[in-house]
Amino acid sequence: MNDTEGTDDTWVVIPLYNEEEVIGDVITQVRTAFPQVVCVDDGSSDRSAEVAAQAGARVVRHPFNLGQGASLQTGFEYALSDPSMKYVVTFDGDGQHQVADALGMVERLRTGEADVVFGSRFLDERSKPGLAKRMVLRAAVGYTNLTTRTRLTDAHNGLRAIRRPVVEQLDLTQNRMAHASELVAQIGASKASYVEHPVHILYSDYSKAKGQSLWNSINILAELILR
Amino acid sequence: MKIVLIQLLLIIVVIVVALRLLRDRGARTQAVRRLGLTLFAGFAVWSILFPSVWNQIARLVGVGRGTDMVLYALVVAFLSFTLTTYVRFRDLEARYTRLARRLALDEAGPAQAAQSVPKHQEEPYAGP
Repeated sequence: MNDTEGTDDTWVVIPLYNEEEVIGDVITQVRTAFPQVVCVDDGSSDRSAEVAAQAGARVVRHPFNLGQGASLQTGFEYALSDPSMKYVVTFDGDGQHQVADALGMVERLRTGEADVVFGSRFLDERSKPGLAKRMVLRAAVGYTNLTTRTRLTDAHNGLRAIRRPVVEQLDLTQNRMAHASELVAQIGASKASYVEHPVHILYSDYSKAKGQSLWNSINILAELILR
Repeated sequence: MKIVLIQLLLIIVVIVVALRLLRDRGARTQAVRRLGLTLFAGFAVWSILFPSVWNQIARLVGVGRGTDMVLYALVVAFLSFTLTTYVRFRDLEARYTRLARRLALDEAGPAQAAQSVPKHQEEPYAGP
């Protein structure tokens, strides 16, 4: 895993919004394993985009803030413009994901095990969300499973690995937070095969402060119902 | 029958608003909306001149007073307005999102060129 020779066919998509403190380290980490990183800067008001470019990522800049779902879709379309791209990894910019997990997930795509690998923080005991967060995530995944013909344990995990043909079919229109469920729904509808991969979510003070509050789950629900 | 000043004012407002709405927009699906609007404006003027129609409608559907009936009608109208506005904003948002994305992607250039860009210093992977 020490060289980056074998991962030229993979693009790592990182939605970026006001993460200048950590994004440089995140990208440096990711690029030790995946040289091709595209950061979609979603109208950050800080120096996130410059820091990301300095760290060696390609930066696509939204002219103004559009939301994380829109950022992912932009990243997908950017990655698709590279004809040699075979796999896309979605990765959070706040440093809560582990590069080793991403490598393991792409490896499972390579072996042909599935078309999509979802990260799940509930397959083992490494991640430690608080009780309230755990309950909200459970409710979210329950709702997602109910409405999307999929069976997952963690629908709102930003770490995913997706094969090119599936990426080509994705069209996220939920700009705000409900895009995670929308992505699962579109994969469910496309009949692509998927597996879950145990990942470790690092709940640092930084990611906790930046992460979505529980109130956001109400917004997610409203966005899903009024679709 | 004698016309009170408030009735005159209300009728003028209804007619002006109806005319403005009729003149705007050009899609063919607007025809139904325009017919409905004309009827609605007509009824508005009628109910201004003869407020008792609201009482008759209220009694017909089992509501106590005409003023209550007006309130209920208003609540329903406001809710449907909120919903249609929400949906319209969502469509608008989807449209300008595509536009903004196109701009951003064009500005960034194709991903393929990444290979020709000199790579930044590659540090050996030290493990997670």
